[in-house]
Amino acid sequence: MAEQELQPKIKEEAPAKGERVRPGQVFLPAVDIYETPDSLVLVADMPGVAGEGVAIDLKDNLLTISGEVTPPPAGETLVVREYAVGDFYREFQLGELIDKNRIEAVMKEGVLTLVLPKAEKAKPRKIEVKSG
Amino acid sequence: MPGLFSFSPFEELEQLRRRMNRLFQESLGWEPFTRPGGVYPLVNISEDHDHVYVRAELPGVRPEDLDITIKDQSLVLRGERKIPKAEENVNYHRRERESGIFRRVVRLPGPVNPDKVSAVCKDGVLTITLAKPEEIKPRQIKVTTA
Repeated sequence: MAEQELQPKIKEEAPAKGERVRPGQVFLPAVDIYETPDSLVLVADMPGVAGEGVAIDLKDNLLTISGEVTPPPAGETLVVREYAVGDFYREFQLGELIDKNRIEAVMKEGVLTLVLPKAEKAKPRKIEVKSG
Repeated sequence: MPGLFSFSPFEELEQLRRRMNRLFQESLGWEPFTRPGGVYPLVNISEDHDHVYVRAELPGVRPEDLDITIKDQSLVLRGERKIPKAEENVNYHRRERESGIFRRVVRLPGPVNPDKVSAVCKDGVLTITLAKPEEIKPRQIKVTTA
């Protein structure tokens, strides 16, 4: 099967949430969210963000991820600009109870992988259907 | 009947888009509506006195997945964005990231020295640094009093 060709995507701006201290636009990172029996996994594309630039917050089942990009060096004149550069921010309402103490986050090559283990009592219990 | 359909709504929209883009470009320096027909990856090109810099956002792409060649005034970027396969027992809530190949020609704004090109992949951003050949670098002209 032929490999799919990637299409360029225009970054979507994150909805305004009050004024920020840092100037510039804020974008929504593209995410994949999937669920395993034990955890929720969120993978977000945040190119230009290093490990130290990532902030994760979970409060009342509202998960907030944000990334600060390292700005391009000053002293360069822009010739062609096909994409905008800016920080990332996104919020998610989680439907599961998460064990906050066991959250793992890895930031590599501009991709954030967040593993959110489900709290013990949130694991799916198989319901026995008895006949009779 | 000729003349009855000389108004093309799409052309009007395209003109509007172009005018809006020009307006934004002149006042803010960027365009909100990318021309359709763009090729992945989108690049930003900048320069200073000695170098031309080409940057592209390629999250999750490693150096071994990239193939960059330079010929005259064009850069060819080829590569693959791989997303590791999820395990069996997995259900998706959201799927926005894509994997696939890309192959794009980037036209450079001016001549470069093909022997002095370097490329770095950091935090998902590819930065290609190309040295300008000596002849074309702007030269300071000394002004003396007669």
